[in-house]
Amino acid sequence: MSRRRERIDRGIKVRADDIYALTSWREMLYLAAPRVAPVLTLLVVGLAAGPYWQRVIMTTSMFALLAISWDVLAASGMVSLGQALFFGVGAYTSGMLNHYFGWSPLLTIPLAAVIGGAISTLLLLPVLRLRGLYFAMVTLIMPLIIERVIEATGIFGGTEGISGLASLPHRLVELLVAMVMVWVALFGLRRLMDSDYGLVLKGINDNDRSVMSAGINIYRRKAEALFIASSIAAFAGAFMTHAYMFVGMPVFAMDYSILPIASTVVGGVGTLAGPLLGAFILVPLSELLRGLGGLRIVIYATLLVVFIVGLPEGIFPYLKRKYTQFERWVEVEK
Amino acid sequence: MSRPVVLEVRGLLKRYGGVTAVDGVDFTLHENEVLGVIGPNGSGKTTLVNLITGFVKPDRGKVLYRGKRISGLPPYRVALKGVARTFQMAKPFYQLPAYKNLVVPLSSPRVHALAGGSYGDRDAVAKDLLEEVGFERDSWVINKAAASLPHGYLKRLELARCMALRADLMLLDELFSGLSLAEVASMVPVIDKLRSRGKTIIMVEHRLRELFRIADRVLVLNFGQKIAEGTPGQVMDLPAVREAYLGSEAEVGDA
Repeated sequence: MSRRRERIDRGIKVRADDIYALTSWREMLYLAAPRVAPVLTLLVVGLAAGPYWQRVIMTTSMFALLAISWDVLAASGMVSLGQALFFGVGAYTSGMLNHYFGWSPLLTIPLAAVIGGAISTLLLLPVLRLRGLYFAMVTLIMPLIIERVIEATGIFGGTEGISGLASLPHRLVELLVAMVMVWVALFGLRRLMDSDYGLVLKGINDNDRSVMSAGINIYRRKAEALFIASSIAAFAGAFMTHAYMFVGMPVFAMDYSILPIASTVVGGVGTLAGPLLGAFILVPLSELLRGLGGLRIVIYATLLVVFIVGLPEGIFPYLKRKYTQFERWVEVEK
Repeated sequence: MSRPVVLEVRGLLKRYGGVTAVDGVDFTLHENEVLGVIGPNGSGKTTLVNLITGFVKPDRGKVLYRGKRISGLPPYRVALKGVARTFQMAKPFYQLPAYKNLVVPLSSPRVHALAGGSYGDRDAVAKDLLEEVGFERDSWVINKAAASLPHGYLKRLELARCMALRADLMLLDELFSGLSLAEVASMVPVIDKLRSRGKTIIMVEHRLRELFRIADRVLVLNFGQKIAEGTPGQVMDLPAVREAYLGSEAEVGDA
């Protein structure tokens, strides 16, 4: 006799037959809980927290947007090492609109998301034909170039940046806008990627030649995906500009490129919810470790390695599996 | 032959460095014809398919599809005109379930236009197509991730992708390679059915026995050049073909 772990999928009935779920409260709760619970938890924690941690939640939300944006790009066959490009372009666009035209942040942030997305897409349009590492290298270099251009020519406030920008009306408005945007991006993009439109994008990632031979213009599809993803990231940049009431060269910093990737790897690549979860673990963790001084980075990096080695699939797929499967040990005869 | 000309290939030439992969190939293909393309490894068969479908640009020569030039167009434009192909290396969309693989070609603007401006229920169409190429309809296999499908099913999936596009001209690049005799035997009727629906087909194949049963005409390539063209029977009697394919008599004797 030996023991074997048996796994039974408990979600199959509800997921296979949507209408069935509506016949039972338990089934509805089973489906709704994993979506509603995080939204409510974040809201309650956000409102109950002090100003400092509210600020952390806000920043984390923006990193979560960057990470979700990265995941959408990666799922469409574009590995980006330069989320800072989208973030920075959005940040500067919003800053300029506010500084030169005096428009309210409530107008400049959405505008900067669209314009920033468009500028980023145009900048990368010539290299959409590149795949994998080659595309990644260009996205890595792009923000560095822009940073140096600003430094060398002194445009857009040069090395000083532009300060004294308008902020959002109230701290709580800021917080709520950040949260709403995170959930809209997550659920909206998840729906998009599960639709037939997203299916084609995933197809490009798997085998672009096959998609071409289906009569689909993959460069156009990639450009569209790039616009969607970079708009999300540009929104984050624009939002942070008004949160700090300042925009300057640091918006093109490496942090904005690397942390989203780390969040996605920790949370689970290709899941969209994973990157969000990853960001909400890594960013607050970094804040918690702030008291440790010089050892902070060492411990932070070690924890990152532990996550990656211990759960290579990512936290979200792990949690999802635990949620959708009964597991039990059964005796089996050898 | 009175049937209209579907494909005209004129003096097609492609060089890779010092190697001339396809060297001035000409041929004409009529509506509803099945053309076999054979030749030893490296004779330029796949390059010919790539040239016709736009994946490779020719250095010289041209390809006309129904009288219009398609050489020089990007692959997706060629596909939109109704020229579909399979790939020798069957690479599916690994992340997707088998039937969802077909949703990609079913999302093509060509299908949208042909279906009268609507996509319809793509999932249902996909499942029908898979059944047609030999997937068991009610089995779990159509829901399995394409990454876990056995080779035989991947080849069927490749064929179904071509059919999903509602192509008029299909270029099947070694569709039978790596399949068992039984699997090939089950694929042959599918191709016969496509022919009976008026499709024009080019088959690049190494499995001569099966090919000769299907093909109306055979084109033989060697070192990029067309060395023979004719009915299967005619072609196999030519000494040049036997030599290219089987090696000279002496070599066969020594082996």
